[in-house]
Amino acid sequence: MTHLGYLIAGWGITLIVILSYITSVFRRARSVASRVPSGRQRWMTSSESEIRD
Amino acid sequence: MFKQNQGVTSSPKSRLLGFATLLGLVTLFVFAFFLTDPDVRLHPTTGEEIGQFDAVRLLYLHVPMAIIGPYLAPLVGAVASVGYLIKRTPWWDVTANAAIEVGTIFCGLVLVQGSIWGRPVWNTWWEWGDVRIMTTLILFLMLLGYLALRRIVADEHKQARRSAIVALVAAINLPIINRSVEWWESRTLHQKSTLSELKIEDLTFFTLMMGIVVFLMLFTWLVLHRFRLGWLEKESLEQEALTAIAERRAEATTNEEETS
Repeated sequence: MTHLGYLIAGWGITLIVILSYITSVFRRARSVASRVPSGRQRWMTSSESEIRD
Repeated sequence: MFKQNQGVTSSPKSRLLGFATLLGLVTLFVFAFFLTDPDVRLHPTTGEEIGQFDAVRLLYLHVPMAIIGPYLAPLVGAVASVGYLIKRTPWWDVTANAAIEVGTIFCGLVLVQGSIWGRPVWNTWWEWGDVRIMTTLILFLMLLGYLALRRIVADEHKQARRSAIVALVAAINLPIINRSVEWWESRTLHQKSTLSELKIEDLTFFTLMMGIVVFLMLFTWLVLHRFRLGWLEKESLEQEALTAIAERRAEATTNEEETS
């Protein structure tokens, strides 16, 4: 395979940045959610969430 | 820990979308690296091998993300900003912020991927004179400006209104980016539309289309989670304000009781 270094850099940087962003969003959400009453988290109304809560 | 963190902004449907996106990304990777051929052609006169060779596999990321980052995301942000300016409800503002934040990341990645792809194919990392690169860079900087503005203005309504205006100004750049290769044909290394004129082979075309679908799913999933985070942040601020008011009232009542 030619240009392997470029391929690893292009795909690698993309995946690392997206994964870091996803992790950052989840962490921030978890931190903020602890300050918001569960009744105000309006999408958390599924039976699965109710069981977990 | 990852699953536990995801739980805060996820719902059964978003988990399903996330799983489908992950599956799509793995499939795209297999197609991009193992099932499609490298771009190799023979020169018509010399018979020498020419083309992008394996560097073409970067385009399965770059093209789909270039459709979403510099076009779709700012467009969603602009539409939501118009919605905010008309309705003045936080839903539109939080949606615009979510779309633009994810779009900024995609736009930045498009510039980086383009640079990495350009080195082996165009023999340059960066071309300051290329109108498509420059217009995309300007959009990226404007999107960064939008995100910066959201951090510096303290008043919630002022912040939302000013951000909406910046999002609309940034959206002016979208048709310019799109038409730049036609309007300034001699000042760009980018080619004109490849997808619409079907200049590419079947499997390559299929993989590109699959990439567009997969990245659209990823974009939707990211915006969904970012929206829910934005909503939580809004609720948290309201909660803080309510707590502060309650504390002040309790303090005032205590002071009155002490005085009497």
